[in-house]
Amino acid sequence: MVLIVAFSAVIPLMTVVNYSVQDILDFNTRFFVGFDWYRETLNDPRFIDAFWRQIGFSLTVIAIEIPLGIMVAKGIPKASRYTPLILILLALPLLIPWNVVATIWQMFARPDIGLLGVSINALGIDYNYTASPIQAWLTIVAMDVWHWTSLVALLSFAGLSAIPGPFYQAAELDGAGKWQVFRLIELPRLRGVLVIAVLLRLMDSFMIYTEPFVLTGGGPGNATTFLSQYLTTMAVGQFDLGPAAAFSVIYFLFILLFCWLFYTSVISRDET
Amino acid sequence: MKRSLMKHSAVKHSMSRWVLVGYGIYLAVPLYWLLSMAMRTNADIAGDFSFFPSAPTFSNFVEIFSNPVWYQAFGNSLTYVAINTVLSLLVAIPAAYSFSRYRFLGDKQLFFWLLTNRMAPPAVFLLPFFQLYSAIGLFDTPLAVALAHCLFTVPLSVWILEGFFSAVPKELDEMARIDGHSFLYFFFRIFIPVNRGAIGVTLFFCFMFSWVELLLARTLSGAESKPIVVVMTRTISASGIDWGVLAAAGVLTVLPGILVVWFVRKDLVKGFALGRVS
Repeated sequence: MVLIVAFSAVIPLMTVVNYSVQDILDFNTRFFVGFDWYRETLNDPRFIDAFWRQIGFSLTVIAIEIPLGIMVAKGIPKASRYTPLILILLALPLLIPWNVVATIWQMFARPDIGLLGVSINALGIDYNYTASPIQAWLTIVAMDVWHWTSLVALLSFAGLSAIPGPFYQAAELDGAGKWQVFRLIELPRLRGVLVIAVLLRLMDSFMIYTEPFVLTGGGPGNATTFLSQYLTTMAVGQFDLGPAAAFSVIYFLFILLFCWLFYTSVISRDET
Repeated sequence: MKRSLMKHSAVKHSMSRWVLVGYGIYLAVPLYWLLSMAMRTNADIAGDFSFFPSAPTFSNFVEIFSNPVWYQAFGNSLTYVAINTVLSLLVAIPAAYSFSRYRFLGDKQLFFWLLTNRMAPPAVFLLPFFQLYSAIGLFDTPLAVALAHCLFTVPLSVWILEGFFSAVPKELDEMARIDGHSFLYFFFRIFIPVNRGAIGVTLFFCFMFSWVELLLARTLSGAESKPIVVVMTRTISASGIDWGVLAAAGVLTVLPGILVVWFVRKDLVKGFALGRVS
């Protein structure tokens, strides 16, 4: 077990940490620079921009996908002939490889030949996601909601199904309204699946790469350049291994920090 | 009182039903566009806008089925995804059970740490996996990809299952013990059937994440075991993207997943009734 962890997690991470404190000219010429790269990264205005853009994006998609997913899950009938069909429809976006998801939306939103783009323009709104930063951002949010709300919905649906019937009957006898049933019975029982759903969306939206890369390429300008893409430009495009490694360490620590904050806040509320 | 309650609940009910219908349409429209692209030629796709394909064609599908690379890749993907799903569940079910039932030093930290494997960019793991598997002769086998994917499917499964397992009252365990059942009998005959829905949904998510993962699968497979997601990237060539074939392949890649959902559909809707223990 320790060996597996060492080989799969610790050693690669250490390599990155090692790079992050050196100035690498080529693989044989390197200088120890200490925390310079960290200081530089944290003061880099483009990093800070990408960081806030990233936070805004992650919060937006979580704020939409979690409530919407719960609502959708509550709408799925439990014992209907259509239930399997609904579940399959929900599962479909998840099963499509991510580059294809982005390609679908790229074509779908094209203002000249895509269904979405043509429809919006037909409504009289001037829509072109390759030219307007706001529209590019909204298109990516719409794509992410399309792609990932099903994850929340399927998890919540399984969670709701696992609530024993007597719980509802008892609530009905007590005269509890729908909102109270949701607040006092369903929500606590969904806690487990919702925690993992929020954490998954937090991590994955923070590391989102393929979809914006294919859809908008980070543009127009830098409007949809999220952290991972800026990092890739740095590491592969400019071959700045040192700063890129410092960037990845900071990046990883931020994801870790946000997830940990969320997890401990849920746990501590549990114990009080 | 009772009547107004029922009326109220009917209203609420229909609201979430409308959300479902609305969201279903939102899901279906881009999916229709995928299907419609799959049935057009590239010239038709890039030509004028039309809601229906002007000349529906199956040529994109024919191209996929006539090329052995495609269906071998399909088989390769299915093999490692199946191995991964079975392995993940075998490891995760006992692990999630102990996390849900026992308190031990650092259990919360260990539980959280499991998930941190998924927080690091996967690119970080590429080189060490590659070196390790090459050294022990696993490189370019389905097993290599399956094991590498366990890095994120196992933590994910443990987390999902633990959420469900800890909602099962501990009285269930105790009642089984009082009834004189052995632990193994309890675990396999009572606990697992009670949690069928949880295992069903976990199985689906293992399958799904392993199926669409590209980076590790591409690095750990050579010519022998090319997975479908890697072959799909080949449709992007110097002459641009072959939209039609890419869309057709996209349509085909969802089929195994549909089968998985179909197999677990009954488990997903099955809640558990307490009191059916003995």
